[in-house]
Amino acid sequence: MGENGNKRLLKRKRAEIRFQWIGRFAIFASGCALLILLTTILSTGTTAFFRTKMLVDVQLDKEAIGITSASREQVLQGDYYSITKQAIYNLFPAVTDRSDRRDLSSMLSSGAPDEVRDYLLENPSSLGKVASLWLTAESNLDQLHKGNIKKELDEVHRGISNRVVSWYDFLLREGRIKSFFNIGFLSSGDSRNPEQAGVWGAIVGSFYSLLVCFLISFPMGIAAAIYLEEFAPKNRITEIIEVNINNLAAVPSIIFGLLGLAILLNTFELPRSTPLVGGIVLALMTLPTIIIACRASLKAVPDSIRQGAMAMGASKTQAIFHHVLPLAMPGTLTGTIIGLAQALGETAPLLMIGMVAFIVDVPKSPMEPSASLPVQIYLWAESAERGFVEKTSAAIMVILAFLLLMNAAAVFLRTRFERRW
Amino acid sequence: MAMDVRERKESVEIAIEAKGGSVASVKPTRQVQTTIASKNVCVYYGDKQALFNISLEIGKCEITALIGPSGCGKSTFLRCLNRMNDVIEGCRVEGVITLDGRSIYDPKLDVVQLREQVGMVFQKPNPFPKSIYDNVAYGPRIHGLADSKDQLDQIVEDSLRRAGLFEEVKDRLHDSGTGLSGGQQQRLCIARAIAVNPEVILMDEPCSALDPIATAKIEDLMLELKENYTIVIVTHSMQQAARVSDRTGFFHIGELVEVGDTSQLFQKPKEKRTEDYIRGRFG
Ligand SMILES: Nc1ncnc2c1ncn2[C@@H]1O[C@H](COP(=O)(O)OP(=O)(O)OP(=O)(O)O)[C@@H](O)[C@H]1O
Ligand SMILES: [Mg+2]
Repeated sequence: MGENGNKRLLKRKRAEIRFQWIGRFAIFASGCALLILLTTILSTGTTAFFRTKMLVDVQLDKEAIGITSASREQVLQGDYYSITKQAIYNLFPAVTDRSDRRDLSSMLSSGAPDEVRDYLLENPSSLGKVASLWLTAESNLDQLHKGNIKKELDEVHRGISNRVVSWYDFLLREGRIKSFFNIGFLSSGDSRNPEQAGVWGAIVGSFYSLLVCFLISFPMGIAAAIYLEEFAPKNRITEIIEVNINNLAAVPSIIFGLLGLAILLNTFELPRSTPLVGGIVLALMTLPTIIIACRASLKAVPDSIRQGAMAMGASKTQAIFHHVLPLAMPGTLTGTIIGLAQALGETAPLLMIGMVAFIVDVPKSPMEPSASLPVQIYLWAESAERGFVEKTSAAIMVILAFLLLMNAAAVFLRTRFERRW
Repeated sequence: MAMDVRERKESVEIAIEAKGGSVASVKPTRQVQTTIASKNVCVYYGDKQALFNISLEIGKCEITALIGPSGCGKSTFLRCLNRMNDVIEGCRVEGVITLDGRSIYDPKLDVVQLREQVGMVFQKPNPFPKSIYDNVAYGPRIHGLADSKDQLDQIVEDSLRRAGLFEEVKDRLHDSGTGLSGGQQQRLCIARAIAVNPEVILMDEPCSALDPIATAKIEDLMLELKENYTIVIVTHSMQQAARVSDRTGFFHIGELVEVGDTSQLFQKPKEKRTEDYIRGRFG
């Protein structure tokens, strides 16, 4: 019997150790997956925060630009394309062939003339002089400088001709190629040119969407939760409603998108591709999360608080709004933030309502067509240009940063305001 | 003798309001005005009847203790007096209860007004998780009793003083009320109740969560408060009932078995069941 008992003990102990190892392995595996994800994103994305520029001497000649004075209207009308091209030709006087010259001028971003114009706008006195300007290089050159395109590669696979590489080497030796912090990535909207594309338009679009989503789902969610938890008679109908709210939380998001398409766009004819519509659709998705969180928090408030208030002569509504709801707020807000964080990452419903359009302008209101962060990631990931690879990762970094921030806020609220009874 | 006249007048009113049932002998035995009178009160939770024909008068500026074994309906009766039963689903109250001669279940009567007149202190101290000041100021605020901040300050101070708490908390009026000790919390709840200057204070086992010293403080406080307020207290402690109350009612399985002056009830109970209970033979 003692022998048997020992065996059983040993077996039990082994099972325990085995289980612990399985658990450790599971944690290790998921930790590795996360680490791989983050390192890939960080290593490919960080370079997007830098922009390669080229130093050229631009002759701000009145005739060449086609203006007579440096007044604002005049400067805005001018043509800067040719003087920008000329500036780079001047660096290579030996290159005279037309097609070679085309290659030369293509080393600068197509946004470069605008940079010259902006410089002139800020420095009107430099009209007629020669200005040494750092202008944005074209995307492939940018990638070459960052090492994302290897020089050693065969010309065909590289996507950059050997001549251009030799010109690049020359400029580098001359100290005319340098990396700058890419403010434009955080401050401008989308662009067809990877070197000019930024996430600001998507950030603002996502912000407006979340704002609309919050403004709709938060008050509605709280009102629904209060009614269900505090006022509704406990009968079959409330039970059915309850079950359906939980079901709603599990509905795939693309279906909400279809609903938005059918009802908001086709029936009510709200403007397509706008954060307004996106926000409404996201609100439908966030609503159940908020209702469930708010109800749980209301339930956690002890009855003695309600009774105490009512015994003081407060009406039921007063008791709820003066005492119960404030106590339920931290929990509700935590749930709301988590719901909004989910909404921030939601892509499918936005695709359905047309927020997938290519939009350059940063929206000024929720009524204007706009991009959004997750869809921006999707769009860039689909693009063929090499330059968008790093942008995709960088946009993922931006969205992860926002998610992290929101989750941190939720944790902060939970620990700071949590009340123990 | 003017008192007598008044009493008779009230009795008549009660008799008029009590529809049906015998009303022949509603004659107060003592020279005390009646504040609350209940007549043939029956309470049902759903189909289950919890109280049977309770007729009880509560004298003005007296302490009335309700005793009885657990589940006999003391709390239920107490909750009838400020209509806190209204919020319990399925609870139905029959019979007549009057406060100063006016039926409290009168549909024209606003329950808010009733609860301003009849305050309540619960078994477990339940201060609002707000500052001490806000706890006491809550009632005056919702009833609009103070016109200015100064007046409100005054009410808060007075109430805390009358509840014997002011000296202990005067330096931390804006700290949370839940940070006080159990006994202090209960006195805060009493201060909160008297801040709206009620006529009657109902207390449901106010000391059962407290240690003997805190209990003694609350008992002293009750004796002081009785100068100005009518108090009804539910208690499981016979000693407490004997120490503080003027009259005692004994409940048993939903019935009011006996009610009388405290000394009489404890020394010469008329009913066998009362005697058994106070001698500790059951319950
Ligand atoms: N909300 C309720 N729903 C249904 N039945 C109830 C409810 N509250 C009380 N009862 C029933 O009514 C009866 C009286 O309860 P009550 O709480 O008034 O007793 P009590 O004398 O206060 O007891 P205790 O001394 O334990 O507090 C009990 O049988 C109880 O089960
Ligand atoms: Mg009770």
